Amino acid sequence: MNISLNGEPHVAPNSASLADLLRDLQISCREVAVEVNLELIPRDEHEKHTLVEADRVEVVRLVGGG
Amino acid sequence: MTQTNIENSSAADAGVRIGDQHLRSRLIVGTGKYDNLDEMRDSIDASGADCVTVAVRRDRLYDREGQNVLDFLDLSKTVLLPNTAGCYNAQDAVRTARMGREILRNLGNSGADWVKLEVLGDSKTLLPDPMATLEATEQLVDEGFQVLCYTSDDPVTARRLKQAGAVSVMPAGSPIGSGQGILNPNNIRICLEYLKDGDPDYPVIVDAGVGTASDVAFAMELGADGVLLNTAIAHARDPVGMARAMKAAVQAGWWASQSGRIPKRLYATASSPEDGVVASHPYPRGS
Repeated sequence: MNISLNGEPHVAPNSASLADLLRDLQISCREVAVEVNLELIPRDEHEKHTLVEADRVEVVRLVGGG
Repeated sequence: MTQTNIENSSAADAGVRIGDQHLRSRLIVGTGKYDNLDEMRDSIDASGADCVTVAVRRDRLYDREGQNVLDFLDLSKTVLLPNTAGCYNAQDAVRTARMGREILRNLGNSGADWVKLEVLGDSKTLLPDPMATLEATEQLVDEGFQVLCYTSDDPVTARRLKQAGAVSVMPAGSPIGSGQGILNPNNIRICLEYLKDGDPDYPVIVDAGVGTASDVAFAMELGADGVLLNTAIAHARDPVGMARAMKAAVQAGWWASQSGRIPKRLYATASSPEDGVVASHPYPRGS
């Protein structure tokens, strides 16, 4: 299925969970926050949150800033 | 003669309480704009700051060669203050604050419910949008955030943000990264008067515009509880040296503010006795 990932098109396996997506991307969920369709999905809900076609996923982390 | 030095004297400054956090240092520093993260770490160490700001940005996903800012911070003794820099409306700022809180909770950092709220109105000046800032403050306070609120030096806006529940209001000395220092000290004075009226311990942090150490000392002498800065250290020719200067300045300014400066006078007052001078006076006394 096609989703948007950090503003770019991305193809994810059908019925992948958010946790599956992060594992595929080799992202440690400890240092990121994830939003789906503008809604924050807490880390303990990543496994049960199933992605659907056209979801807009944002994966953010901390960087230097003032 | 009693020996004193800055290090010993500073033990008497208990630091500043903001919301449910107690900071030992009154200097809060940013982690952006450094040439490299080793320099950032060394500068933060030299500044003595125990709270640093960080930004929330999209993960680069496939190009993760870059170093991670978290690997250069001692999270056991540093409170992270996530910001909403780059947000131009309340909704984006609230989303960014939620994401910052999620990351800090996962890291177990005590600053998890803290946010440095910035809602900008304009990319040229980076001045805050006061209406959107107020709207975001109200919503974030509702969601249990402790909001440290970047704002202009307008006293009326500052008061509205405190009334909305901000744990600290942080008026800017001058535009972010401009290095112009404190352009309108009278407005900062009035902000301090309004925000501390009947609530003297309410923390007010001067945020943004600092160019050099004297700007920090001046902010503290006006009565601020602390100063937040980034560019003045990160873009100094010698960031570590400037970080040391900022540490000394925040202490110098705080001590000066506690000690009561003399009034300014138009004419001189001699420091040496006027009686017993072995010299003739060119003019009659008092002229």
